[in-house]
Amino acid sequence: MPHIVAENLVKTFHIAQRRPGIWGAFRGLVHRRHRTVRALDGVSFSVEPGELIGYIGPNGAGKSTTVKVLSGILVPDGGSCRVLGYVPWRQRIETVRRIGVVFGQRTQLWWDLPVVESFELLRDIYRVPAGEHRQSLDELIELLDLGPLLDVPVRQLSLGQRMRCDLAASLLHAPELLFLDEPTIGLDAVSKLAVRDFIRRLNRERGVTVILTTHDMDDIEELCSRVMVIAEGRILSDGPLESLRAQVTRERWLIVDLVDPDEEVTDPDAEIIRRDGERVCLRFDPSRTRPAELIARVTANHAIRDLFVQDPPIEQIIARLYEERQS
Amino acid sequence: MIAYWAILSARFRALLQYRAAAAAGFGTQLFWGLIRVMIFGAFYQSSNAVQPMSYQDVVSYVWLGQAMILLVLFRPDVEVQEMIRSGTVAYEMLRPLDVYLVWFTRAVAMRTAPVLLRAVPMFIVAGLLLGLKAPASPQAACLWALSTAMAVLLSAAIGTLMTVSMLWTIAGDGIGRLVPAATFILSGMIVPLPLFPDWAQPVLNFLPFRGLADVPFRLYTGHIAPAEGVAALAHQLAWTVALIALGRWLLVRGMRRLVVQGG
Repeated sequence: MPHIVAENLVKTFHIAQRRPGIWGAFRGLVHRRHRTVRALDGVSFSVEPGELIGYIGPNGAGKSTTVKVLSGILVPDGGSCRVLGYVPWRQRIETVRRIGVVFGQRTQLWWDLPVVESFELLRDIYRVPAGEHRQSLDELIELLDLGPLLDVPVRQLSLGQRMRCDLAASLLHAPELLFLDEPTIGLDAVSKLAVRDFIRRLNRERGVTVILTTHDMDDIEELCSRVMVIAEGRILSDGPLESLRAQVTRERWLIVDLVDPDEEVTDPDAEIIRRDGERVCLRFDPSRTRPAELIARVTANHAIRDLFVQDPPIEQIIARLYEERQS
Repeated sequence: MIAYWAILSARFRALLQYRAAAAAGFGTQLFWGLIRVMIFGAFYQSSNAVQPMSYQDVVSYVWLGQAMILLVLFRPDVEVQEMIRSGTVAYEMLRPLDVYLVWFTRAVAMRTAPVLLRAVPMFIVAGLLLGLKAPASPQAACLWALSTAMAVLLSAAIGTLMTVSMLWTIAGDGIGRLVPAATFILSGMIVPLPLFPDWAQPVLNFLPFRGLADVPFRLYTGHIAPAEGVAALAHQLAWTVALIALGRWLLVRGMRRLVVQGG
């Protein structure tokens, strides 16, 4: 049975608009003008147990609305969905008992309590038996290196420490499905790697299904086997990272480090898209130009210290996908 | 129930940390209590008319008020207020709990720990030195204890209603100032309710606010006879139930419209 089945979800918001200026404010008292925003405009997808899915889209695309509908906070205007077999907005308590949610921007821990007391409170809230709680807490302490943080009040934790504690907090009741909303936002490189590594292990070793929304494309590239792109309430693309690339562009980049930083580089089949001192970035279409030929030609015509071929960064792919959508 | 109990006790322990605030509050209440006692002393000495309440009872009433002041001095729940302001309040629904009961539980904690921290030293000091008498009888003491417990619930119900109302007003500062000003007068914290003019009595008797202070204080001093105590407790209970029902009803509606803010 799939963990999530969403069919044709629609959610519209009516937002009262204030007209500018004093006169506008007075008119607003008498007659409000409303703007309708279609946050979800026919969203359908399904998620199988054990998947690790990247859910990306520009701000305001409908990511967080989707998460809110799936976790029982919002009632959609149309469509249907089942999460772990429940209709989330009708069976909110049953649903949230079996899912975990982490919001990178907000902590679910109690601000003025030591971390360990927050964990105990969560044990009571989710009614986890003491033995099970002890066991999963020990595991999480080990995996996330929480030992030194347990007695510290939450308000004194750094962002990276807090995120590790938040991850642990969302997993104490052993949810089968985990929503992570920007879990790496604002973290330093070391914390980011630790969080990423943890998410990967959680998914591989415990088989937890993870839906990860993020603006950090490294997260996606490192972790996700499947990427869903949403913009203006519609899913633009859903599939493995490779097919997302293929859908948008086939181009690849040849990066060349020249011996002479002032040397001109030209080639009939490649276009220079960036030049940074001795480093030159050439764009080419591998379906028309074989990479080996291009490399042979470039190395024959120029004195080269180093070179490599890479895919365009995922950011560029996504940006282009949004642009195509708008035009 | 275990979950709500755990929230109550965690919140209670967290609030017990604020001892400096309690010490400062105690000092202020002591000072104001002395002034109020002196003012009432002057009034009673300047008149030979028979008053609806003896001077001795008024002194006890004043000190009980100074001890229990935080039951009436409503402050909105700042953490919930902050969540409402930032729009993250919808995420309260991510716990397998009833949101109203969680907020109500928090309100109860806010009306027990800080009240205890101030009331215990006030009872000792006022009882030993400043003319606060012991309860009129063992019966009166029991009724007072029951009625004080009801006052905590009533106060929590009003406070939670204020918190819920912030789902509409967002800011909450206005309500946070207006409501305490009104309840302070209507509960008897400024002037004991029996000293209000006769025409005001039916209104004061009907409103819920006397259940916060006046009812328990008069049960303590025996000004309300134990025989009439049950009716007084019923008044508190009826209002508490009604305000909880209203708060729950509003919360369901408020949550539905608020989720729009989150974006």
